[in-house]
Amino acid sequence: MQINLTNVEHKYQKDTPFERLALREVNIDIPSGTYLAIIGHTGSGKSTLLQHLNGLLKPTKGSVHIGEYTLAAGKKEKNLRAIRKKVGIVFQFPEHQLFEETVLKDICFGPMNFGVSEKEAIMLAKESLHKVGLSEDILDKSPFDLSGGQMRRVAIAGVLAMKPEVLVLDEPTAGLDPGGRKEIMDLFYDIHKETKISTILVTHSMEDAASYADEIVIMHKGTVYETGSPREIFSQSDQLVSLGLDVPNTVRMQLMIEQQCGRKLDQICLTMDELSEQIESLLKRGVPK
Amino acid sequence: MMDKMIFGRYVPAESPMHRLDPRAKLLMVFIFVFIIFLANNIATYVVIGAFTLLILNMSKIPAGFLIGGLRPVFYLILFTFFLHLFFTKEGDLLFKWNFIEVYENGLRQGIFISLRFAFLILITSILTLTTTPISITDGLETLFNPLKKWKLPVHELALMMSISLRFIPTLMEETDKIMKAQAARGTEFSTGPIKNRIKAIVPLLIPLFVSSFKRAEELATAMESRGYRGGEGRTKYRLLKWESKDTILLAAIMVLTVLLLLLRS
Ligand SMILES: Nc1ncnc2c1ncn2[C@@H]1O[C@H](COP(=O)(O)OP(=O)(O)OP(=O)(O)O)[C@@H](O)[C@H]1O
Ligand SMILES: [Mg+2]
Repeated sequence: MQINLTNVEHKYQKDTPFERLALREVNIDIPSGTYLAIIGHTGSGKSTLLQHLNGLLKPTKGSVHIGEYTLAAGKKEKNLRAIRKKVGIVFQFPEHQLFEETVLKDICFGPMNFGVSEKEAIMLAKESLHKVGLSEDILDKSPFDLSGGQMRRVAIAGVLAMKPEVLVLDEPTAGLDPGGRKEIMDLFYDIHKETKISTILVTHSMEDAASYADEIVIMHKGTVYETGSPREIFSQSDQLVSLGLDVPNTVRMQLMIEQQCGRKLDQICLTMDELSEQIESLLKRGVPK
Repeated sequence: MMDKMIFGRYVPAESPMHRLDPRAKLLMVFIFVFIIFLANNIATYVVIGAFTLLILNMSKIPAGFLIGGLRPVFYLILFTFFLHLFFTKEGDLLFKWNFIEVYENGLRQGIFISLRFAFLILITSILTLTTTPISITDGLETLFNPLKKWKLPVHELALMMSISLRFIPTLMEETDKIMKAQAARGTEFSTGPIKNRIKAIVPLLIPLFVSSFKRAEELATAMESRGYRGGEGRTKYRLLKWESKDTILLAAIMVLTVLLLLLRS
């Protein structure tokens, strides 16, 4: 499903003394099937932007097109449910949304709200539970008896079970251990590859943005600062640093090597494999000095 | 949704009302609540209305914001007005249409009671809009301090109040966040049949309760580990300072009281 944002502005608490401009003149096109990463300093409007993608917030100016639906400033949209069925959001700390008596019921909550039968919902629940790497014997447990990491996975399963066509992720791995982080990021990537659903990820991890995204958007002070492929974005390290961001570890390593031996590598290395290949070829050619 | 709420909210600004001592403002409001019942004719209502407007003007709260925030109360006032208008059957008959009869006293009562209501709401809102919750608590604690003699746990009550006030915005924020998370999972809070909307409360309240209990426990631990032992011998970081302008405010409300006593019929 294609998503376009045109000149989107959002003011929180509009027309009160607390009014706050959180987004202005945001233009983003997300073609169907893209893996888009949104990076930006804290407070740059990333979460606000995400909430426009399924009508939780409405633009105070401009419009958001989601597939055949349009959310525009000052207009009422009756199809919010239809939009929300298609766009699933995993919020920051999604485990805070758990409420049911059992894990099974909680995962079934979303699908059943959107009219899926109980039998089918249970099937979807089991399927998504496997996807997030949990076993079926926790289905009858209370979600509040689980560990933090397990709760996070159950909450994610609850969104996956809705079978969204667009998956929106707001720092889904914040506060997890490194192993769990990689597992969950790989899980989202696999789903993206398998089902071709558009995935929109907000992250503070430059490594994640570099290794998974097709396209990166930099948010700065409520507006889009730059859009480009990971290679384009991460080749401008000075600019990233000036925005309070960083480059991935591999790029930082590459910059150090280039500085030390006074020679440029052939390309910006976004993964360990790329970097080690480049270093190998550099060594083969012989390092000066 | 709760954007326009103004009850219990503080608007940071530089105004004469903001700079007054919270004790002066509390006493003023306390006295005002009593003396407003002295007003019973046009002259007294004009005087008390002028006082209200003066206070309002001194607070620098944008009128549009105030009116927008008071809209829910406005309907209540309107309701009271019509109640008095139609059901007081004293004085001359002014108007009659089918079974609707409006009497002179009904109209008078309707207007007076609505004004009283409006003035009360305005003055109390101005108190909370221009005073930080923490100052209100400090003010109350100092004002009630003499009651300690009678074993009233003034400090503990003040602490409870400041903690609850402190967590109101947190709770609102969290409500907003959980509502959004559940709405994204297909819960409808503001559309659809009433039955479904009532059911939608459960997925909202349970996470709220869970996190509130967790937070209360964390707060207690944090306080204990920082050596909190109750109010005994505890000094204050923010000291209240009574200045001449505070005395002037109290003098003004005294003058208002005397005026009302002289003018009332
Ligand atoms: N409910 C709200 N009411 C008022 N202002 C808000 C609200 N939510 C966010 N803001 C403000 O809008 C701006 C953007 O916030 P947002 O949460 O979108 O930032 P973010 O990029 O997601 O930051 P982070 O990386 O810390 O999550 C901030 O200045 C914030 O203070
Ligand atoms: Mg955020």
